[in-house]
Amino acid sequence: MATPQTFVDTTELDEFRKPFLTSLGSLCRRQPLGAAGAGIVLAMIFTAIFASVLTPYDPELNALAHMLEAPSGQFWMGTDEFGRDILTRIFYGSRTALTIGFTAAIIGATAGLVLGVASAYFGGIFDLIVQRIVDVFIAFPLIIMALAVVATLGPGTENVIIAITIPFIPQCARVVRSSALAIREIPYVDAARALGYSNARIILRHMAPNVMAPYLIMLTTFVGQAILLEAVLSYLGMGVQDPTPAWGLMLKGGAEEFLESAPWVSIFPGIAISLAVFGFNLFGDALRDVLDPRLRAR
Amino acid sequence: MYQYIVKRMLLMIPTLLGAALLVFFLLRLLPGDVCEVRLAGTGMYVDDEMINQCRDELGINDPLSKQFIDFVGGYFTGDLGNSMWTGQPILHEIGIRFQLSLQLAIMATVVAIAIAIPLGIISAVKQNTWIDYAVRTFSIAGIAIPSFWLGIMIILGILVVSQNLFGEGWMPPINYVSPLEDPLGNLAQLIWPAVATGYRYSAVATRMTRSALLEVLHEDYVRTARAKGLVEKVVINRHALKNALLPVVTIIAIEFAFLIGGLVVTEQVFNLNGIGKLFVDSVGNQDFVLTQQLVMLVVLVFVMTNLVVDVFYAWLDPRIRYS
Repeated sequence: MATPQTFVDTTELDEFRKPFLTSLGSLCRRQPLGAAGAGIVLAMIFTAIFASVLTPYDPELNALAHMLEAPSGQFWMGTDEFGRDILTRIFYGSRTALTIGFTAAIIGATAGLVLGVASAYFGGIFDLIVQRIVDVFIAFPLIIMALAVVATLGPGTENVIIAITIPFIPQCARVVRSSALAIREIPYVDAARALGYSNARIILRHMAPNVMAPYLIMLTTFVGQAILLEAVLSYLGMGVQDPTPAWGLMLKGGAEEFLESAPWVSIFPGIAISLAVFGFNLFGDALRDVLDPRLRAR
Repeated sequence: MYQYIVKRMLLMIPTLLGAALLVFFLLRLLPGDVCEVRLAGTGMYVDDEMINQCRDELGINDPLSKQFIDFVGGYFTGDLGNSMWTGQPILHEIGIRFQLSLQLAIMATVVAIAIAIPLGIISAVKQNTWIDYAVRTFSIAGIAIPSFWLGIMIILGILVVSQNLFGEGWMPPINYVSPLEDPLGNLAQLIWPAVATGYRYSAVATRMTRSALLEVLHEDYVRTARAKGLVEKVVINRHALKNALLPVVTIIAIEFAFLIGGLVVTEQVFNLNGIGKLFVDSVGNQDFVLTQQLVMLVVLVFVMTNLVVDVFYAWLDPRIRYS
């Protein structure tokens, strides 16, 4: 049973008063897993930005002289069936993963935020219709919905982003709506209305900022989910297309064919996907603990 | 109670109809269609007339309203139409694959429960110790590791182990045998994909078991049970766990409804001819009559599972009464 919050918890506010490094240290102590997640995410962003500096090889250029070479001093993670360095493709692949992950998550969560708040704010028949539509979308497993969209649009990076974004919108709308319903009852919303502000202004400027906690939690979760979903779609041959470096794509075809003779082709990209999703999940969990007092770890 | 069930069943109708509309029109936005894919595959010269004739035969040229009525009407007449790719009745196509996927789903659920409940209990009882952190890391990893990659790694592991033990690589059999005919052969084939799917599935259930048990452990009656000197094992198993299992049952059931999503990839990796593979194939072939029926099957399983869970909830917890 959730115990009702009878006092204002000021420990969170104290955090802000401390110097940055001290609070960073205390964050690591109180949320060790979250700090580890943040570390993974930062490392991934780093490799995505500096991919071209970190490796001397080209991620897309075939080098048939070096086909399926085992990991060595020259190729740290070996090469694939076209002689491309796997580490290089993993670095560049984090670019693809982050681009798709963040774009889909931000658009999906933000559209869901607006829809959810609007649904709660207007209520009545609008709310009813939006919620029934949300019901329909939520009844589809994520991957089934994404596959159906890809079936319509065809493969390719932009279409993958759309296919991943669409199922996110109703999910976020549902969660945000339940928070926004409570906010609608607070008098400042009535006050804003009494001042004659437009509906759009009340929704975007007054209500949306107050449901930031569920929004940010959903957003972080979505990035991890999007990376995983992109990998699955690419693995099934319906996502990012060769020669673009993408982790799921690296596991398709050659990886399974040469499983016995060249296991490195399939081992490393999978570790990259797992680590990335792991990092975002850990970070999202920590964020949830900090932002949502009801769920704070006992 | 019966009134509640009937009401819920009636509320399912708009959801199902909405899903049918959504899928139907989504798939009809397709730029290509099954005829182009099929005729391109033959490699011969194809003119517009041949494609048009093929479309006539398959009913793609019919007005959308007629196609939609055929689609929805099929549920009342029991004729779900024929696959546009193979020409076989869809009920037959699904029927021959259903047993495999259902068995895999059940086995994955068993694997998930066998992992989730013991680990969740240990994690809650040893809260904030290294054991707790290890279990939580293990379960978050379950969500992070793609099940298709885990499947590839399992196959790799089997190959390496069998190579070292018997000198030759062994792979799980590809052809499905009924568990009644050859239980061992069946198990040898399906246990691996069940583990790959079940591990991922267990992750959410483990965390749910942990948090539900933690909540219950703070209740007064647990303190009472401890105060009267009961062994900790009895307190956990008889007093706490019984009350904590409700949300766990829910999450396991809801995940079961979504299992088809996990099967889509696992069946691909292990080359199993099940519903998930059929779905991917039908999308690839643009066989949209089959795709829409499979999507409807998934949605139907989902809404039915939700209903069963809610009814089960009321039955397990007498405090909940629906009116």
